[in-house]
Amino acid sequence: MKFPYTFPLTRSFCLYLGQIALLAGETFTSILAGRIRWRIVLNQIVEIGFGSQAVVIITGVFTGAVFTAQIFFQFNALNMSSAVGPVVSIALCRELGPVLTGLMVAGRVGAAMSAEIGTMKVTEQIDALRALAVNPVDYLVVPRAMAIMISMPLLVGECIFFALTASYYVATKILDVNSVFFLQHMWAYTHGKDMVMALTKGFVFALIVVFVGCQQGLSTRNGAVGVGRSTTDAVVISSLTILMVNFFLTMALNIVFPAGKHS
Amino acid sequence: MGAPSSNLIEVRDLRQAIGGQEILRGVNIDIPKGETLVLLGQSGGGKSVFLRHLIGLMRPLSGSIRIEGEEIARLDERQLEPVRRKIGMLFQDGALFDSMSVFDNIAFPLRERGERDEKVIREKVARSLELVSLQGQEKKMPVNLSGGMRKRASLARAIISEPSCILYDEPTAGLDPIVSDTINKLIRRLQSQLRVTSIVVTHDMISTDHIADRVALLKEGRIHFDGTLNALHSSTDPVITDFIEGRSHEID
Repeated sequence: MKFPYTFPLTRSFCLYLGQIALLAGETFTSILAGRIRWRIVLNQIVEIGFGSQAVVIITGVFTGAVFTAQIFFQFNALNMSSAVGPVVSIALCRELGPVLTGLMVAGRVGAAMSAEIGTMKVTEQIDALRALAVNPVDYLVVPRAMAIMISMPLLVGECIFFALTASYYVATKILDVNSVFFLQHMWAYTHGKDMVMALTKGFVFALIVVFVGCQQGLSTRNGAVGVGRSTTDAVVISSLTILMVNFFLTMALNIVFPAGKHS
Repeated sequence: MGAPSSNLIEVRDLRQAIGGQEILRGVNIDIPKGETLVLLGQSGGGKSVFLRHLIGLMRPLSGSIRIEGEEIARLDERQLEPVRRKIGMLFQDGALFDSMSVFDNIAFPLRERGERDEKVIREKVARSLELVSLQGQEKKMPVNLSGGMRKRASLARAIISEPSCILYDEPTAGLDPIVSDTINKLIRRLQSQLRVTSIVVTHDMISTDHIADRVALLKEGRIHFDGTLNALHSSTDPVITDFIEGRSHEID
């Protein structure tokens, strides 16, 4: 009995993946063909990159602080408090920094993209663009994709920087970990490849957020209710996809940048 | 090679279905250059759907649409761009870009077509605004405009790049009689000043009487009547007389 129910679901999933792939293909074709409106790209960098500062910094600071405290409580019982720095640093670079930034940007930027494009769709503004001989992908998706591909790795780096700063402060000023130990161990065990992994993940998560957000917006129907549904779906789909893709990225990138070995 | 056709638009056996329901069942119509055709029909009868095909916003199930002799029914989005540059469209609710001021909305087609000289842009926007009697409203955002002003601003945007044809989707719907009359006079003025071909989709008979050179009636997905305004009014066809007089056959 399950098959008839499973089949349409599989079909819609494949259709959805196909739509995302087509949108991504069209976007990269336009970028390669130079159909880039730089003024809108800059506006979007301000909107996506600058506008996400507070969210990313607060996320970084409190994640770094709480993670440091928790690691300290566990490790101190084993007399390993000097390992707090490297553990926090590697976890932030390889996983928490990119994933949390991805989720925050999906919530803030992915939702905004979907809502804005969705509203334009239901109020015929997208049709007006087409009627004025302006390709909606060139005008709406390309600048957003360019802006998020530039902004996201920087936001990930920023999140990690503030998380590590908070971690250092909590460990050395509140939990009395020796600051020299903390920094020396952190530098010794954190390598450039950990940061490359963070930025690579940030870039991939940027693609997920922009294409899911824009596709949801472009396929919006049924007025205000449809816009609400598209926005919610954009956040849910991109967040879940980030979490799932993160696992596969970790496995793949660990082959390229194996943990614990010097690059 | 035959003689070039004087028709701007030629539609043959145009069919379209939405949600399994056949909306257009073989529409055939020619629209000569410089003519104002009013397409009448009941609400939900497929008039707007027909109009959207003429600018490639919808792709037909079957049939042919020729604009200046060029078949557009099978063109993709990028191939349609040169065709769309020849045609302006007034959407039912204006479809102004709500994140831009009236000025930026009207200047949008010029900027997108590569015009960078702000002085030229300002002059052309001022001329367009004058044509639609909307001077002094440049700085307003679309949300602060009335329904009639939104339609006029949208029309200014449609005409700024001097298209050879303008499509009007229910230009007077939802407007009071005075504003409707302003819009009707505006359509007439644009036709006389710019010599554009106009296709107006409406169910407003007062508007039709003001602006039409020729009238077509869409009924059950086909062109039921195609002729002059006089022929429409002198027709004894019950479908036409019922429509003109606004008579339904619903039982009270």
